[in-house]
Amino acid sequence: MSQQIPGLPDMTYIDREKRTFLDQIYFWEITRGILITTKHFFRNMAKWLTFRKGGVVILYPEEMRPDYSQNNRGRHILVQRSDGSPRCVACKMCATNCPAECITIVAEESDDSNIQKRPKVFEIDVSRCIFCGFCVEACPVDAIRMAPTTEELAGYNRFRMIYDKKTLMTWKPTVNDDVVHGYNP
Amino acid sequence: MPEQTIPATYKIEEVKKRREILELPIAGPGDQPIKVNIGPSHPAMHGTIKMIAELVGESIVNIDVEPGFLHRGFEKMMEDHNYVTALPYTDRLNYVSAMINNFGYAETIEKLFGIEVTERCAWLRTLFAELSRVTDHYTCQAAICSEIGAMTPFLYLMQARDYIWEHLNWASGARQTYSYARIGGLARDIPDGWLGKLKEILDSNIPLLKDIHGLMDRNRIFLDRTQGVGEISKEDAINAGITGPFLRSTGIDYDVRKAMPYHKYAEVDWEVPVGKYGDNYDRWFVRMREIEESLKICYQCIERIPSGPLNVDAFQAHLPDKAEVYDNIEGLINHFKIIIDGPKPPKGSIYHCVEGSNGELGFFLVSDGSGHAYRLHVRAPSLMIMGQLDKIIIGHQLADIIPIFGTVNMVGGECDR
Ligand code: SF4
Ligand code: SF4
Repeated sequence: MSQQIPGLPDMTYIDREKRTFLDQIYFWEITRGILITTKHFFRNMAKWLTFRKGGVVILYPEEMRPDYSQNNRGRHILVQRSDGSPRCVACKMCATNCPAECITIVAEESDDSNIQKRPKVFEIDVSRCIFCGFCVEACPVDAIRMAPTTEELAGYNRFRMIYDKKTLMTWKPTVNDDVVHGYNP
Repeated sequence: MPEQTIPATYKIEEVKKRREILELPIAGPGDQPIKVNIGPSHPAMHGTIKMIAELVGESIVNIDVEPGFLHRGFEKMMEDHNYVTALPYTDRLNYVSAMINNFGYAETIEKLFGIEVTERCAWLRTLFAELSRVTDHYTCQAAICSEIGAMTPFLYLMQARDYIWEHLNWASGARQTYSYARIGGLARDIPDGWLGKLKEILDSNIPLLKDIHGLMDRNRIFLDRTQGVGEISKEDAINAGITGPFLRSTGIDYDVRKAMPYHKYAEVDWEVPVGKYGDNYDRWFVRMREIEESLKICYQCIERIPSGPLNVDAFQAHLPDKAEVYDNIEGLINHFKIIIDGPKPPKGSIYHCVEGSNGELGFFLVSDGSGHAYRLHVRAPSLMIMGQLDKIIIGHQLADIIPIFGTVNMVGGECDR
């Protein structure tokens, strides 16, 4: 016989032939049930009155979640160099490793002689993306990351869900070379 | 009756069949059964599944259970993607306990490679698998409660589930579709202080479970609707290949975690709860007891997780560390090789099974030495149950379909793949 967790009631098996009179009359059990729910109600009420959260419900759009996990895989960010150009070298590792095949990259030659290529087109079809984070993992130069938030990831039609290079770079303009941010294994 | 105009594209036999169905009397004289279509998209069917019931009065004389509406070609997808990129697809099997699927899939390939995961990884996997099982059982129990009419326990359980999911998000990066396993380890280590917080969350679940017991256990409505409804015998369950809580509810203590221990289940102290008659109540009882046992395993894991390396040193199987990639040309080449070609296990075939929350979840993998599977078959526990569901339901009332369907816990993603 293994150890019981303290505080956990040992659930008793109720055989159908051996129900007690109290079970059969039903009223005793319903009263007990109401007592339990009332206890929960007052506990949540007390929490609410003292400005703590009783439940887990968020009243979205009025209320935004402040407590996203810092590791949450949300929107994609293309990291910039200090001069504002994307750090991406268009190696297409992320597109190869993407299970949903939703990254489109067209490379062009870079002006900088130290960097061979840069992306001419960098698009992520967010409506197909499954937010697995494999693109972040695949990038050999840490050029793509994921922010913890997912707000504003909505569009009126499917073409608006394709985010291009500019959007991916500017919707969190504070992210640059020096800031480690979001999902980054 | 006016002539119906028939679209030209219908075939003649099809039209005849449709007419036959149309000509069935709606309220038949005597014992003529009435056909009722339930599903595929019906609020009572959680999961896309269609049932065609033949009713006399309110009793079901015949029922045809038709799964397969959620078929996404999962197995072909796995053959199309390499071993790494196929991993997120396993999340979508039983999406309520995705960790177990992740680990089952990763372990299948590890077995083929002959890799042994590290101690720390094995303990963490045990912990995550059990947490996943707890959330899955919470969801199932909550669904049963709400289907029987008890909305309060549903909300309590959903809240408890969400706390665990949010906490798993801190470790893995997603609430539900974690993609957390990697071949030979895990995607990332757990954050500092994660285990302490987890312990608090689990502690808060214990009074909640007590309340659920208080609300449901001896409630006569609940007992009347579950006891003696949806019974299955031991023999039928075994012959149909049913496993998991469903089989254990009939009184057979078969559990993959005990029968063929994987992870660290052989080293922790727990027992296999069993039922007696295999009816709805027994399935509820077994799941409820299993939650307790899983919590017990979780507590033991939290105590015993050792420190040490997380991933094994297997350059052919998983992506190298980021530091290697940034600073070391060999690491970079290895990184590119694995992403472009995928890890290449030796030729051969292998079967590995884990205890999913609905039963034995098996992966049969045939490798031809390339970067993607030649064939991958998933033994989905829900599918076996669907084969027996008609026999369980026949003879009961129409309203009993809902609790029976709730307690068998069919998950569409896993059943239809
Ligand atoms: S998160 Fe996954 S699905 Fe989305 S773009 Fe990245 S690799 Fe593709
Ligand atoms: S893997 Fe990184 S560097 Fe390569 S194309 Fe993708 S974002 Fe650019």
